[in-house]
Amino acid sequence: MVNGKKLVVSASPHLRSKHTTPKIMLDVIIALIPALIASIILFGPRVIAVTATTVITAVLAEYISRKVMKRHNTIGDLSAVVTGLILAFNLPVSIPLWIAAIGSVVAIVVVKQFFGGIGQNFANPAITARIVLLLSFATQMGNWTAPLSWRTDAVTTATPLALIGSENAQLPSLLDMFIGNRAGCLGETCTLALLIGGIYLIARKVISFKIPVAYIGTFAVVMLIAGKGDLEYVAYQLMGGGLMLGAFFMATDYATSPLNTDGKYIFGIGCGLLTAVIRLFGSLPEGVSFAILIMNLLVPHIERITTPKPFGTPKKEKKAKEAAAK
Amino acid sequence: MAKTIVDGVLKAVKKVRGGVKVDHHKNTAEKAVERLPIPSKVVIPMQQHIGAPCEPVVKVGDTVAVGQLIGDTDKYVSAPIHASVSGTVTAIGDIKLPNGAMSKAITIESDGEMRLWEGIKPPVVNTREDLIKAVRDSGLVGLGGAGFPTHVKLNFPADKNIDTLVINAAECEPFITVDYRECIENSKNILAGVYLLKNMLGFKQVIICIEDNKPDAFKILKDIADHEQDVHDEVKLMVLESKYPQGAEKMMVQSATGRKVPPGKLPADVGCVVMNVASVAFIARYVRTGKPLISRSITVDGSAIAEPKNIRVPVGTNIGEIIDFCGGFSKEPCKILTGGPMMGLAIVGTDLPILKQNNAILAFAKGDAVLKEETDCIRCGKCVIACPMSLMPTNIVKAAKTKDVDMLKKVGVTVCMECGSCAFACPAGKPLVQHMRLAKSILREEGNK
Repeated sequence: MVNGKKLVVSASPHLRSKHTTPKIMLDVIIALIPALIASIILFGPRVIAVTATTVITAVLAEYISRKVMKRHNTIGDLSAVVTGLILAFNLPVSIPLWIAAIGSVVAIVVVKQFFGGIGQNFANPAITARIVLLLSFATQMGNWTAPLSWRTDAVTTATPLALIGSENAQLPSLLDMFIGNRAGCLGETCTLALLIGGIYLIARKVISFKIPVAYIGTFAVVMLIAGKGDLEYVAYQLMGGGLMLGAFFMATDYATSPLNTDGKYIFGIGCGLLTAVIRLFGSLPEGVSFAILIMNLLVPHIERITTPKPFGTPKKEKKAKEAAAK
Repeated sequence: MAKTIVDGVLKAVKKVRGGVKVDHHKNTAEKAVERLPIPSKVVIPMQQHIGAPCEPVVKVGDTVAVGQLIGDTDKYVSAPIHASVSGTVTAIGDIKLPNGAMSKAITIESDGEMRLWEGIKPPVVNTREDLIKAVRDSGLVGLGGAGFPTHVKLNFPADKNIDTLVINAAECEPFITVDYRECIENSKNILAGVYLLKNMLGFKQVIICIEDNKPDAFKILKDIADHEQDVHDEVKLMVLESKYPQGAEKMMVQSATGRKVPPGKLPADVGCVVMNVASVAFIARYVRTGKPLISRSITVDGSAIAEPKNIRVPVGTNIGEIIDFCGGFSKEPCKILTGGPMMGLAIVGTDLPILKQNNAILAFAKGDAVLKEETDCIRCGKCVIACPMSLMPTNIVKAAKTKDVDMLKKVGVTVCMECGSCAFACPAGKPLVQHMRLAKSILREEGNK
């Protein structure tokens, strides 16, 4: 009591960092903006319609499902906005808007809120929703629009990864691949923009470099072996499909990746191996979503075997030696 | 053991993992230590250290002088308590300490004379035993904050093979600058203390650790390390990156020697003794003058304090009186701490005495030092990165909430030193230190069954 007013008494520490969940999510949104702008240039104004649909549906779904489940409102943490954005990035630009909306509902309600909301879901909401849509609406999800064709007539085409195996295929140049001038999901094509976003997140310490580096590195090594040292092949594989989007923005999802350093490396390596295996031997041209989803399921096991020993815990060999000496 | 030496200064043998970057707020760094006017009354608790409380050896009505023994015990882990003013004992009763524990306390009404007790004389220190006895008689406890009786720390068995004295001048807690001022103002005592301890206790090396944000103190400590007394170059200065909790005992031992103190063990188990720089200076002063620990320097700061200051105050002075000396409150205080903002205790009011181990009083206005709103854990892992003890706070919280004793034993919560780095870093505003304490008390209860 001071001057008759009660003082606040609480456990230490009495200082707190300025990090908050909304600020972290805002950083992720900022990191996604370069790719969004690139996408609008490449695939036209319909990108805005698709993205707006997924984001608005995601936020509404979060609001309503929390209300129905009588839990406190969490749309202020911006995580639903992030999910909506990433889901949109995983859809072809020609997707009917109602299908995009279903994707958001699946991501938020089924994958996230049914398991307790932010931080509790065991699978990445956007990835799972994409897979649900892929299985339910195979035609619409496989309808690829040629980049920059929106100004005249929208032309459908095939993705580079679908072409790379076939003879006499007209592949885009590597430079086109780098700037995103190729067919694909609307947010995955511009490697340059995704790299900028990824580096921003690492610089802001929102994500660590460990998962993306382990993921991309492992994948590149396997592809180098599979391509018998053909660097061009590796470059197409790295920039094709959703690898960059997956490695920087989806595999690094907090709730569905390991917390500790060793676990992050194992997780990244696993994602890289699985993606390569699916692309090389699977019937699908793309494997990023399935690879990350499978690794999501392994996270609890990875964490169990990689939990660090508390500071100063004697090493096992040393213990054994000491026992032997006695 | 590889050591990099740049211009005669050591770099950390092994960089400490984890920790957090906190704003330093060393606002009082250039404020010389002032003396508080003699207080009219002091209340001296009998428990001002880790270990057994003392019993009063004076009665109500007795006249006491400065430095006179007023509380003692025959228990080993304890430290005697001395009168900090001269005057009359007016009451002996129970008071509630800042941490909520009850303790006997002696109230002395000051006669304003600060008459020194006639029994005070410098101790004769010729051997190791003499020094340890002198340290016990001085009433010294660790001045860095924990308050562990120093004579116990120094009285390590000879077979422990203790070779290193680590002197902690890191002062990694924000706001507090008393150790820094000690370096600037009392370098002679530090110098004398370092060589006294080294020669009497036979340390093979002395490593003085300081953070890299204190260049002035660095120069002074560098001179001590390079002093001509140090013929075999066994006293060295080590500069550490300024990062919280660089000054934690186990962290410092690792930085200085590369050795890791195992869970449940003390620095002595890896051959080290860690002492606060002010404690070292005090020992030298005591050996010279024989004046026991009756006053100490504290930093008074925080957004609600009108004139932040460093002051030397008699032990047992009322905290309210100290704040009044610093111009009182400039704003309505919302939270008042004894100690630093990372590990200090929030107190319920200002009608409490200053203890031997208090190094700061911080008062914050509304808006500063408030807690974040608690939201859901997003598994960002910032707590895991921040923990200097390699723990996973998320797992500990889970185990504590479900009272899973087996799990709690496995996750190593007993290693937690409650430095608060995890809670500082948490974006969801989780009161993680509270969870750690809960987890520890669950384990304690289980152990008592």
